[in-house]
Amino acid sequence: MSSTGASVADETPSPGGRDPLSGDGAATGRLGDRIFAGATVGAGLLVVVVVVLVGIFLLAQALPALRVDQASFFTSTQWHTGSTLAFGIAGLLWATVATSIVALLVAVPFSVAIALFLTQYAPRWLSRPAAGLIDLLAAVPSIVYGLWGGYIVAGKWAPIQDGVSTVLGWIPLFAKVDGITGGSTLFFVGLVLAVMILPIITALSREIFDQTPTTHKEGAYALGATKWEMIRTAVLPFGKAGVISASMLGLGRALGETIAVMMILSGLPQGAPWTWSLFNGGATFASKIASDASEFSGGLSTGAYIAAGLVLFVLTFVVNAIARVIIDRRKAFTE
Amino acid sequence: MAKRIDVKDLDIFYGDFKAVEGVTMSVEPRSVTAFIGPSGCGKSTVLRTLNRMHEVIPGGRVEGKVLLDDQDLYAPTVDPVAVRRTVGMVFQRPNPFPTMSIKDNVAAGLKLNGVRNAKILDEVVERSLRGANLWNEVKDRLNKPGAGLSGGQQQRLCIARAIAVEPQVLLMDEPCSALDPISTLAIEELVHALKDRFTVVIVTHNMQQAARVSDRTAFFNLKATGQPGHLVEIDDTQTIFSNPTVSATEDYISGRFG
Ligand SMILES: Nc1ncnc2c1ncn2[C@@H]1O[C@H](COP(=O)(O)OP(=O)(O)O)[C@@H](O)[C@H]1O
Ligand SMILES: [Mg+2]
Repeated sequence: MSSTGASVADETPSPGGRDPLSGDGAATGRLGDRIFAGATVGAGLLVVVVVVLVGIFLLAQALPALRVDQASFFTSTQWHTGSTLAFGIAGLLWATVATSIVALLVAVPFSVAIALFLTQYAPRWLSRPAAGLIDLLAAVPSIVYGLWGGYIVAGKWAPIQDGVSTVLGWIPLFAKVDGITGGSTLFFVGLVLAVMILPIITALSREIFDQTPTTHKEGAYALGATKWEMIRTAVLPFGKAGVISASMLGLGRALGETIAVMMILSGLPQGAPWTWSLFNGGATFASKIASDASEFSGGLSTGAYIAAGLVLFVLTFVVNAIARVIIDRRKAFTE
Repeated sequence: MAKRIDVKDLDIFYGDFKAVEGVTMSVEPRSVTAFIGPSGCGKSTVLRTLNRMHEVIPGGRVEGKVLLDDQDLYAPTVDPVAVRRTVGMVFQRPNPFPTMSIKDNVAAGLKLNGVRNAKILDEVVERSLRGANLWNEVKDRLNKPGAGLSGGQQQRLCIARAIAVEPQVLLMDEPCSALDPISTLAIEELVHALKDRFTVVIVTHNMQQAARVSDRTAFFNLKATGQPGHLVEIDDTQTIFSNPTVSATEDYISGRFG
């Protein structure tokens, strides 16, 4: 009741005809309000229920496999789902997070720079079509990026990566791994993911930067700000929360990306142990589940994959929750 | 500190549209000059040419001269950024930077000038807030967001922000039009105090306000809609309100049109 703003007085019929305060009898408006409120609450609840059900379903399927797991689920990097079940998600988690973070670290600065250029520096005849083009790129299916990365760019990237690992190979992250070529590593996957999520982050950042109120910008200019100082004082603070949510959206895509990763990333070299190197192969949650999906038999081994899927599910949830917290914390200052 | 302004044969354009034509006038240092006139006659436009804010608008350009103590603001060697540090501005709607605290808002201009010393910043923040009659109201919450203040306080915060960089001239475009009468009074008192240190130019749609706060008044008018606005006359406020030279001024002031 209180959610629709109706009070008891609205319900109480007045004796002796129309109450002078009863308005024009906007019963349809009231009813409309109520239906709308009901529908939105209902839809919200439905979403929550579905999400919870999905979680329960995954957990129910995963638990039997987890009970017989011979390895430590969270810290083991092995994945054996044959006659004995010994599986852990550490390797998958690392590959997923590492590729996504590389993607984000590369994509966000470029996206912000492009968005700033288009909104603050480019002349209108350039910024309009360029913005349209970026919106188009955001809609390109990921398999296209997989093809482009795996078959066109991969070969060109290999020598660069060899160069990097010659110089920085003493850092575990950049150590050379025998048997893995430059175009099939976690790092390269991260780069392709960066290109993949760049358009969406750019498009959303551009939109938010474009909405910077003129009053904020003029406030900065009037203090004697140069263009770049104006951007730092007015545009970036205004757009920060939007850029963060755009980045999280991009991160969500990168974390869950399946087909492009599968096409590019090679597995760990046969028999070789897992390493911290970004120049190694591996598998992400999504690519592992998808590439082994043909072997699912519905038994305990499938449960192992579902357990992995559950972790991915939680991971994306956590990422979104963190983004929410960051955005809400900033809100206190913008209202 | 305060400098005089001489405007000579100024035409102001938005793209191809000539918004204001042929303005020639002087603004005395350490005085308050009010711009009055009907809406759309170009008061804001003229004001914004005095610190080169006009050209921030795409297509905005001027022909003619604006001299600040004999220095032509539109000379090719002059940097508009430097002009705006010398000629500060307060806008119609209070526009504190919403993500910054009260203190950071006041310090924003200094930080743009490269001042990093915390002690200096604190001193200037206090001095500017006192100068804007706001210190006592906000001294206990300097680190709270400026957007949490009332409209009148926000406007005084913007004034504090503008005077923190010690400009020579302070331009105000209808600074009270979004405020209640009590806040308006506070700003008017402040304007009165500010002219000891600054040359103040204030646009107002309120003639009583012009009469109350200004020493000199410039009356702008439009010949017809679509025509450029122009300066009708500028004189001592007393003269403008009691005995103007041009009959259009008298008509406007006595409420016969506009
Ligand atoms: N950003 C703008 N672009 C184009 N024309 C403008 C712009 N701002 C103002 N004008 C025009 O310039 C003229 C003067 O406007 P303005 O200076 O705002 O008048 P006032 O402040 O006296 O009400 C008006 O005809 C107005 O339409
Ligand atoms: Mg105006």
